[in-house]
Amino acid sequence: MNNEILLNVKHVKKYFPLSKKWFVEKKYVKAVDDVSFFIKKGETFGLVGESGCGKSTTGRLINGLIKADTGEINFQGTNVANISEKLWKRYRKPMQMVFQDPYASLSPRMKVKDILMEPLTIHYPKMSKQEKEILVKDLLEKCGISEFHLSKYPHEFSGGQRQRIGIARSLILKPELIIADEPVSALDVSIQSQILNLMKDLQEEFGLTYLFISHDLGVVEHISDRVGVMYLGSLVEIATKKQIFADPKHPYTQALLSSIPKPDPKEKREPIMLEGEIPSASNPPVGCKFHTRCPLAMDICKQKVPELKQIEQEQQVACHLFD
Amino acid sequence: MIQTEAITQEQLDKQRQGRLYSFWKEFRKKKPALFSLFFIGFLVIVMIIGPYVVPYDPAAPDYNKLLESPSLQHLFGTDAFGRDILSRLAVGARISLTVSISAVLLGAIVGTVLGLISGYFGKWMDRLIMRICDVLFAFPDLILAIGIVAILGPGLKNVVIAVSFFSIPSFARIVRSATLESKEMLFVEATRSIGASNRRIIWKHIFPETIPTIIVYFTMKVGTAILAAASLSFLGLGAEPSSPDWGAMLSKSRDYIDSAFHLVFFPGLIIFLTVLAFNVLGDGLRDVLDPKTKD
Repeated sequence: MNNEILLNVKHVKKYFPLSKKWFVEKKYVKAVDDVSFFIKKGETFGLVGESGCGKSTTGRLINGLIKADTGEINFQGTNVANISEKLWKRYRKPMQMVFQDPYASLSPRMKVKDILMEPLTIHYPKMSKQEKEILVKDLLEKCGISEFHLSKYPHEFSGGQRQRIGIARSLILKPELIIADEPVSALDVSIQSQILNLMKDLQEEFGLTYLFISHDLGVVEHISDRVGVMYLGSLVEIATKKQIFADPKHPYTQALLSSIPKPDPKEKREPIMLEGEIPSASNPPVGCKFHTRCPLAMDICKQKVPELKQIEQEQQVACHLFD
Repeated sequence: MIQTEAITQEQLDKQRQGRLYSFWKEFRKKKPALFSLFFIGFLVIVMIIGPYVVPYDPAAPDYNKLLESPSLQHLFGTDAFGRDILSRLAVGARISLTVSISAVLLGAIVGTVLGLISGYFGKWMDRLIMRICDVLFAFPDLILAIGIVAILGPGLKNVVIAVSFFSIPSFARIVRSATLESKEMLFVEATRSIGASNRRIIWKHIFPETIPTIIVYFTMKVGTAILAAASLSFLGLGAEPSSPDWGAMLSKSRDYIDSAFHLVFFPGLIIFLTVLAFNVLGDGLRDVLDPKTKD
């Protein structure tokens, strides 16, 4: 792993308007509120958080499926946040996406062969059908789907197999960055590990970089090199996997980690119980967004938004406790 | 790492046939629709071979047999010129069906393209297309058709244009709603993230999703179109009054409704049955292909 930065996200914001009526006070859902992080070439960056905290929106923003309101997304040295759809096409090739729901992300009326050949047809219009077919067969084999299944339709496969096809589709263009949006959360636990190991193998083989979005800490621990923890549209902590799981700094990360079920029921554990519900993203608390549920909240937390600060090598935390 | 399942080639073939087969298995249960399909199939056969097998020349008058009631020789009787009504209806099927099906086809093609554009791109494009459709919707179908024929002049070609014109907005609207639905599906987003152009997404991914809706609506619209084409002919705006078009036959025979009832009865009956058959077939197809739109 080298230290070259492949993706650098700086102060990205995305607010979704709640109503489009005129003369009515505009309200927004602050889905992603000032998020900054970077991913180094060849590493796996895990993005964790509760559902609705803006993880998936972040993934879609980076992929340009939705456009950011403000901020920069530097990919391969270019700010791709606000370039036109035409220019985007150039960056779609090195940046691919794997989706959460393998049942919905494959065209139901296309054969596996055609689904996988489509990216090639789009980006290499001159490539012959035979060449494409060879590439597709080769890659499917690597993803654990035998050649024999080429002319089947997606509905004839199991969830795990479909996700393998989804991963193969994202790899066919030989991308550098893969945004995996909860790629295993729709699968059985036994299949999850197969898919995760497949992703790891492929990473080694092709030198891939992953942005791995998940709500499952166990999965993230298994696959990530560095982890970012999101809460209500903001990153509260970024650190290496080791640091996060051994020595979490932010109270939210601590609470999150204490909730992981342990395989040994006799082991003593004292989960940190957070009180209340996650506040609405359309009306987030003033100051630190976490102060309404934080067991260690101070006065300053209700007034000032904490900034993401470096407190240790490779560990950044947004909390007033570390001021 | 390699997962192979013990599926033989035979099983694979069976699965592939499965789609059409399961459609047929479902459709077979809809007896009225099945019966309608047979009736329409029969009409299509008549339309193709009719002119070669009818017992009498549909255009040749026979002044010894004016206004004869149905008999074994003339099953549906004869008209005011002694022409065999059965033969005329059989030959007329060609006119009625060709006019109505080609009109709906034309309307469906234009309407589908407009609906796809409107639903996919949204914004001002959507508003513009839908407002134009609203304007067309504001006129009753037949009034609109009469207006168009009045501008273009009478004749079958213009009837086709007129009838297709009033089916455009309904196709546009129904395809638009199907597009709006499938546009939000994950695989469309996935294709977009690969870098597919809008044209490719619409044509390869969204259009196939709208086909079942289009088929159902097409079938139902054909019934309406037959009625509209017959009405226009009845009003003297469509087929030549002397041609064996069903509507024109009705129109010519209305003077004899007191004296020779069969003159209006059989053309009316055949129009009624054909329109009914297309509607019932459309209903059955909808139940099988597109159960969501069921009331």
